[in-house]
Order: sequence, then structure tokens, then C-alpha cells
Amino acid sequence: MTSRSVRKSIAAPVPRLPKCPTGIQGLDEITGGGLPRGRPTLVCGGAGCGKTLFATEFLARGATQFGEPGVFMSFEETDAELKLNVASLGFDMAALVRRKKIVFDHVYIERSEIQETGEYDLEALFVRLNYAIDSIGAKRVVLDTLEALFTGLPNEAILRAELRRLFRWLKTKGVTAVITAESGREQFTRHGLEEYVSDCVILLDHRVNDQIATRHLRVVKYRGALHGTNEFPFLIGDDGISVLPITSLGLNHKVSSGRISAGIPRLDAMLSGRGFFRGSSILLTGTPGTGKTSVAACFAQAAAQSGDRVLFFSFEESPNQIIRNMRSIGLRLEPLVQRGLLRFHAARPTLCGLEMHLATMFKEIVAFQPTVVIVDPITSLLSAGSDHETKGMVTRLIDFLKGGQVTSLFTSLTHGGYALQQSEIAMSSLMDAWLLLQDFEGNGERNRVLYVLKSRGMAHSNQVREFLISDRGVDLVDAYIGPHGVLTGASRVAQAAREKAEALTSQQEAARRKRELKYKRATLEQRIASLRSAHEIDAAELERMDAQVGTQTRVLTAERTELARLRQADVVRVAPRPAAKLKAGSRR
Amino acid sequence: MTASTVTRQRKPSGRRPEKLWQLRLYVASQTPKSLAAFSNLKRICETHLSGRYRIEVIDLMAQPHLSKGDQILAIPTLVRKLPQPVRKIIGDLSDTERVLIGLDLRPDSSPRKG
Repeated sequence: MTSRSVRKSIAAPVPRLPKCPTGIQGLDEITGGGLPRGRPTLVCGGAGCGKTLFATEFLARGATQFGEPGVFMSFEETDAELKLNVASLGFDMAALVRRKKIVFDHVYIERSEIQETGEYDLEALFVRLNYAIDSIGAKRVVLDTLEALFTGLPNEAILRAELRRLFRWLKTKGVTAVITAESGREQFTRHGLEEYVSDCVILLDHRVNDQIATRHLRVVKYRGALHGTNEFPFLIGDDGISVLPITSLGLNHKVSSGRISAGIPRLDAMLSGRGFFRGSSILLTGTPGTGKTSVAACFAQAAAQSGDRVLFFSFEESPNQIIRNMRSIGLRLEPLVQRGLLRFHAARPTLCGLEMHLATMFKEIVAFQPTVVIVDPITSLLSAGSDHETKGMVTRLIDFLKGGQVTSLFTSLTHGGYALQQSEIAMSSLMDAWLLLQDFEGNGERNRVLYVLKSRGMAHSNQVREFLISDRGVDLVDAYIGPHGVLTGASRVAQAAREKAEALTSQQEAARRKRELKYKRATLEQRIASLRSAHEIDAAELERMDAQVGTQTRVLTAERTELARLRQADVVRVAPRPAAKLKAGSRR
Repeated sequence: MTASTVTRQRKPSGRRPEKLWQLRLYVASQTPKSLAAFSNLKRICETHLSGRYRIEVIDLMAQPHLSKGDQILAIPTLVRKLPQPVRKIIGDLSDTERVLIGLDLRPDSSPRKG
């Protein structure tokens, strides 16, 4: 829709070929609006490829959706048969006929009843068609299958001339016509009708690859208009034909910066702390038994518990089996299923072709309106088609989901060791986030690790985390990364124990040294105390000695003065002097 | 030319009287082919079915809805309504031999079985 309106706005000034919308899902996108208006279109294909259905749907949708009445001229099936055939597609042809929206005209030709003598033309066919068109003011005409005329009428020269006239007449009549024809060996149609219908040729094809049938549609020719030239797979479903164009959707999804938890706290932490972006697509790859389904189920449970509607497509296990198995790791999915928040859809990949799977998935998604979709595993669908087809299908699925802002998680099985398969590499470019689950084998055990290979638009962890599945659920722990590489499982535990022992030893060592130092210090302090007391004794001694000396000096001076007085010596004026001087004087 | 020509004449020898031939000629306006077909038919009937035939000429230009009933595609088309089964002959009926074969009327010269 968007691409069409964009194209329209670009090419506005140039008068364009008027288009007649078919209403067939996807076809109008490929052809840029529909079939050429007022011109005949040839639809050719082998038996059972949906030509008549195509034509009928073109007419029925024209009458119901676009207000264009139509004439169905059938050369093969009777009116009653036709009405019955399309009733299964939900079109009430009988009502449309009653309301004069559609006219059926069955042209019956039986070669054995016809004898040819001399000149004739097909004027009666023209008259008949003209009458039918005018009776309801038809804008659309279907001729299914004109080639019956070739078997019914013996003179091919007349027939060809008349067909040329017929197509010219249809153009002047201004009706948009669809002419069906059986495909031939070397040309598009068995009788070379493409020679006359040169405006638009659509080829339908129904081919079987590896026992799986897929229908394809290709616009071989569309004069005066751009059109998709690829082969587009198409489906015949309950509501008619739907063509699934891979490339019609542009990359213009709305994006959300809202986040959704991955259901494993440590994984959220690895994704810049808040989990995946809403509406993003996530690829989860891993070898068998690495826990892809468990991670997916964790995500499903967490999302459903927080109120998201989760649709789980399982291509390997039945819903009950998943519920039982997940119970063993502590996930309770059953209540969520009962509350209608979680829905399982299980199907064998080989049940039908890829396109049918895709259509079923689309239908389920439209019916359930989920905000989270899980496909487990996408690689199972590889068996239903080639790598290329699967990629195309995944692209369309992702486009569809992104268009609806649905977060999608695809698990993908890889085989053997570290080699990433081609298909995953091709698929990974479509994905916004890619988680890798891996096995590490060593020391007689296998351990799981998880890392985030990419996650667009967020700073994500580059760390390898060991991935543990226990009866309490899934958890991530730091893997031991040391000089011996990444250690997981028992060796991680052993390493941790070793480290603990080492830590204990060093702790004890430290305590011992501490004690030693303490002792040393105590000894030292003791010695200091004894030294100090010795020092104190010395000091006291010194003081005592000082005092003694003072006394002696005083006594001496007194004695000397007394002596001098006795000897009547000159009076010596004794000035008060420091003790040292006195001492020095005394020595002199 | 919506003319209906009904001709009844006395019964010829060797044929049962109740066996009336009902013929219908479809044309689209008076084209040379239509006119030729009509005159050819008239001539053949007079020769081989004199008195036992009835020709109805239908112009589809005037009555287009009638083309559906007899499943008419080609113009001109001669339809033998009676006797059963219905036979159709397309073309301007210029090849008398083939018209006779088409109408299941053998030429008089050939022996006829009851």
C-alpha cells in the first residue's frame, strides 16, 4: 500500500496507464495497481494451477469491492459448476448474479455436433458477449478457456482471424478482460494466444520440488508499466489467491525503543541491562541440546507473565511435550495457556509447502494478535523448501511481524562444532539480535555457554556466559576466564574451589604474619619499657648527683668563707653565679 | 429478417408423414454469408425435404438473447431441432454434400436403410 502511494506521488505529472485493481492479495502490489484497464490480460498455466480461480476472483472482487460488474464466459464449466467452485472461497456468486453484478455464460461446444460447410464467422459469440456485457453494464470480462474453441471448431484459420477480431473488439468495448489459456510446450499457451494478447501476460505455475508443491506467479509481460518480474509464490487459501511478494514491502517499519525482557535476568544484563527491543527479530542458534527451546520458553513465559500475548510456533515438539519438558526446568506454561496469553501452534514441517506454512502462520498471527512470536526452530522448515525459499519466507515473515511491531524469536539448529551454516549466515543479516548457544566439551563433560553475537542498537556484553539449566530455570553465570582459557562446568567449580583454598591459605598466612608482627612489636615495646626505666634510673641518679654537688659546693663555700673570716682575709664579694661557674671556679 | 418460413407440401413417397423437420437458421443481420446460407438451405430443403420442413430464421442482432439457448457461436449456424438429436451446421451451407451429411440426409442416389 505504502509503496504504491509513494510511486504514485513520484510519477504524478506523467499520465500513466490506467490500472484495474484485481483485489487479489499481493498481485496489485507486484503490478503496481492491477491489470491494464480496458485491455485484455492473458493468464496461462498448466492444468490445476489456478487459472479459473484467478479469473473468478478477479471478477468477484471487482463486483464486490470495486463496483465493477463482470461477465464470466466459460467454455468448459457450466454455470452451476462454477458457482459451486467459487462458493468455497466465500463468494456468494448466486447472490451476485441475482443482484445483476455478475453474468455467467456457459458456451458449450461439441465437435461431433458441428458440421462445417463453407464460410462463417464467430459473430454470434460477439453478439452473445456484447449482450451479456450490456445487460449489466459490465466492466470486466473473463473468457475461460478460449482454447476450447480450437478443439470445437475445425477451421483454425477462421478461428485465429476471429480471435484477433475479438481482442480488438474487447479493447474498443473498453472492458478489462482476463483470458485464460493452457500453457504450451514451447510457447506460453498451447495455441499461441499470446500472439493476440500483447498487453499483459501472467504465467501461473504449479511445481513440485521434493514432493512439496508450490504455486508460482510471474508477470511475463506488462506493456507500458513497471512490474515485478520475479516468480512470486502464491497460495490458494480459504479466501482466494494470495500472492506473497518478497520485495514489495519496503524497509519502512516503525521502530520502537521500548524493551522487553528476555526472561533471564543475566541475559537482560548482557543486553545493556534491559533486554531486547520491542518489535525486533532475534535469532537464537545452537547445536542440538544447547537449550534453544528452554531459552525460547523462558522468554515466552516472562513475556506472557508481563501481559504480552505470545504465539509459539513449534515445528518439532507437540505443545504438551513442550509444557511437560519446560515444567522440569521450573517453567509453568500451562496456566499461561489457560489464561489465553500463550498459544501454541504445532505442525510438522513436511505437512505442507513453505508457502502454506507461511500462510498458516500469517493467519494464526492475524487471528491471535500476538506481541511476541516464537518460531522453534526455523531450520525445520528448511526441509520444506530450499535455503533460498526459506530465506525468502523468513524475510516475508519478519517483514510481516515488524510491520505489526511484533517481537519475534527464531531458534535455529546448527550442526556440529563451531561451523555456522550457510543458511544461518544468510538469515542472520535479517535479524536484529543474534544469540549463540554453544557446547564446550572437556574434562569428560559438556557445558553450555551463551554469548550475544550481535544486538543492533544497544551496547551489549561481549562476554561469554555459562548457561545453566536447573530445575529452578535457566540462569547465566560468569564463565571462568583465566590463563587456561574459558573454564566451565566442573572445571569452573574446581577452579573456584582452588581459588578458595588459595584464598584461605593466604588468609591464614596473613594472620600468622600478623601475629608474628604483633609479637615482635610487643617484644619491642617491652624492650622500650625496660630501656625507659633504665633511663629513668639514670636520670634520677643524675639529679641526685647534681643535688649532691650543689650541697657540697655550698658547704665548701661556707667552709671557705668561714676559714677566710677566721684568717681575716679580704672580703671576697661573692656574686650569685651559675652552678657550672661555681664548679669551674671550684676546680680552679 | 426475422422471417419464419413454413412450408408444407404433400408427403413424398417412402417417408412417414409425421416426421417434420424443424430447422433454425441463426444469422446476424443480412450479410452476404447469411443470405447465401438462407438461399442454400431453401434449395436443399426443397430438393430433399419438400413439404416436411420448417425453417425459422433468427437474427441475433435483433434478438441477442436467443444465442444462448442453442449455444450459437458461429454465424451462420443451422440447427436441426427435429428430428433428434440436435445437429449443428456452421457456414454458408455452400457445400451441399456436407450439409446433407450434417443433416443426416443422404443424397437420394445412395441407398437408405429404414
